[in-house]
Amino acid sequence: MTRKQRRATFIFVSLGILGLAAGLVLFALSDSVTFFYSPSEVAERGVEPGERIRLGGLVEEGSFQKLTDATVRFNVTDFVETMSVIYRGVLPDLFREGQGVVAEGAVQADGSFIADKVLAKHDENYMPPEVAAALKKSGNWQGEGAEASHSETYGQGSYP
Amino acid sequence: MIAELGHFALVLAFAVSLVQMTVPMVGAHRRDAQLIGIANPAALLQFLLVALAFGALVWLFVVSDFSVKLVFDNSHSEKPMIFKVSGVWGNHEGSMVLWVLILALFGAMVALFGNNLPDTLRARVLGVQASIAVAFLLFILITSNPFLRLDPAPFEGRGLNPILQDRALAFHPPWLYAGYVGFSMTFSFAIAALIEGKVDAAWARWVRPWTLAAWLSLTIGIAMGSWWAYYTLGWGGFWFWDPVENASLMPWIAGTALLHSAIVAEKRGALKSWTILLAILAFSLSLLGTFLVRSGVLTSVHAFAVDPARGIFILGILIVFVGGSLALYAWRAPLLKTGGIFAPVSREGALLMNNLLLSAAVASVFIGTLYPLLLDAISGAKITVGPPFFNYTFVPIFVPLLCLVPLGPLLGWKRADVKAAAERLMAAAGLAFIACLATFAVAHDGPWLAPFGMALAVWLVAGAASEIAWRIRLFSTPLSQSLDRARRLPRAAWGTALAHGGLGVAVAGIVGVTAWQSELITTLAPGESAEIAGYTLTLERVGMRDGPNYEATVGVVRVSQGGRDLGVLMPEKRRFPAERQEKTEPAIRTNGFADLYVVLGEPADDGKWVVRAYRNNLAPWIWIGGIVMSIGGIMSLADRRLRVGAPTRARLRAAPAE
Repeated sequence: MTRKQRRATFIFVSLGILGLAAGLVLFALSDSVTFFYSPSEVAERGVEPGERIRLGGLVEEGSFQKLTDATVRFNVTDFVETMSVIYRGVLPDLFREGQGVVAEGAVQADGSFIADKVLAKHDENYMPPEVAAALKKSGNWQGEGAEASHSETYGQGSYP
Repeated sequence: MIAELGHFALVLAFAVSLVQMTVPMVGAHRRDAQLIGIANPAALLQFLLVALAFGALVWLFVVSDFSVKLVFDNSHSEKPMIFKVSGVWGNHEGSMVLWVLILALFGAMVALFGNNLPDTLRARVLGVQASIAVAFLLFILITSNPFLRLDPAPFEGRGLNPILQDRALAFHPPWLYAGYVGFSMTFSFAIAALIEGKVDAAWARWVRPWTLAAWLSLTIGIAMGSWWAYYTLGWGGFWFWDPVENASLMPWIAGTALLHSAIVAEKRGALKSWTILLAILAFSLSLLGTFLVRSGVLTSVHAFAVDPARGIFILGILIVFVGGSLALYAWRAPLLKTGGIFAPVSREGALLMNNLLLSAAVASVFIGTLYPLLLDAISGAKITVGPPFFNYTFVPIFVPLLCLVPLGPLLGWKRADVKAAAERLMAAAGLAFIACLATFAVAHDGPWLAPFGMALAVWLVAGAASEIAWRIRLFSTPLSQSLDRARRLPRAAWGTALAHGGLGVAVAGIVGVTAWQSELITTLAPGESAEIAGYTLTLERVGMRDGPNYEATVGVVRVSQGGRDLGVLMPEKRRFPAERQEKTEPAIRTNGFADLYVVLGEPADDGKWVVRAYRNNLAPWIWIGGIVMSIGGIMSLADRRLRVGAPTRARLRAAPAE
């Protein structure tokens, strides 16, 4: 094999791998990212049943209900629109009414939202940035103080 | 007083590193021995000063001096001592001091043990190392001073986030940082080599132990972090493709590539400028990791602070170092002589293939991690790139790489005989095939990819064993001779086999947990039972227990299998009054092959409790694999040929013969 052929082989293989990687990335980006919406945005754009989204907002005061068999229902609100969420499993340690929450799951054919992951924050003063942004957008942001805080961490429900 | 002393030491360290950054560089340029001579004492002094500052900070945490804001924010007098100490780096400011401490420690090690490096190279390496210290010390002093006082001093601290009060997590950051910062050493060597315009085998031999040490630390740090996530986050996940995890995975993959390309640079003198580029990339990715974690652009367990000034400062550091080093590379790399011609099918070719695939893997993780940030900045759309993305990109790139792993070490340098190498792997291939069929027979209702995953795991382990068997001529010579060969086999060869085999064990664990996890979510009243994967769980009672700085609700769950009693598991929910937070503490019972994982949830109505249980098959193997890989790294590091300074000694011995 001459030097030239050798070089051609290397270039060919490298480009092949690069092309393959690029193709995989493009395919995955078109197919498997999850969008974050506030209840207002869901109402505005409409979400196809079965499409995975992250729904973020505050847990509406007084909306938390325990159903049977470790299943709970609560409302996620941005003070403009409200969506009912059903979740089966153990809630994050700091899930509370009136606090920020992110629920990941899909809207069902009957319009209810079934979450398989619920993320809550681990600190009184902290709100997930997505939720803060959603609240700012809907005009219900309570001031900067709520964002600048110490040692923010998400809780489990699953890992953020 | 102690706090001011610590602050003063940091300022002095900054001044010393300014000198260390400039004077030896000028000295190396002018070949002025006196100026070059500044490098060593400066590096040692810098380390002593940073160590003094760090020691002061530890002291303040140990004695719970709440007049210091950082201690007030992150500590509490009732906290167990181990978490008082780990609280030092359980926050932004303290963790940056730890970062610089490790940086200075590595510089001091070069100063102490680098006597046999060429003087100018050592001076330049220490100069580059000091420039990193300058940037980060300035960052600490301007935006993140850990020694700020509070007046009046509060009586009690606010405590440390309970999720960080954990033994594995206490030592996860130091390992991770040792890994990140370890790549600063290879970076400094790469930059120094570019300035010198020379890369030789001795250079590569110096770079390899540092790469190996950094890789080893990062492996241990990542494994610890994922183990912690597994047993603490309450559902048995071990890797979440969280951006912050990716931030540590990227330098690890780049470091793995560097480890392999440095072999080619050392043994064959080829891929020199590629090795330099990888050294730059590995450290750039470490810096990127620091930026992502410390800037607050990401939300996660690790984001300590949301402070735009800090983010912009670190972004500035990132741009200067990455941009500067890449520009230097573009300018100087063409000067490096290339050498070592090799055929596509050869050990070099295999290592190059490893590098290509690992680079593609890094790129896919990089895009998956940064694309959401980019999209948010451009269009404001918020997306999450989760596990599905990485399953589509990272996994298809990594699987071919894993398939090729056993082949590489069996190929000869320069030009190799694939047929001979394949014959040596016949037994491993046979075992992998049997594993595939056996897995399918036992667990045919699982995902169809799972049997292939198990085959891959067996292929890796058996392939690593085949390499050793071939090297010691097992079965082709008498056993005593083989044992003799095994004794004389270089430690690096054992290291390679262990690292590759450990990878196989970890793959088995990952496949096992991913494919065959059983889950149970139910509510139980005391006395009631539920079944999961052949186990019967009985909630006997729920009681309270007092911990050192928390109160726990404890569920007593009796486990039995087919009528045989297996003892009790006691999952807890801990409430930390000082921090006003709760933390779920799962209970795990393992038999080495599968974990039974039980979590106590909220009280449900009518005196029942939510109980979640998982059976995670092969879960322990993930970390056993990590441990085996780390042992492989340690074995390699202990190899005589790789010991720091060995090349020069060898040269000295050779000299009289000339």
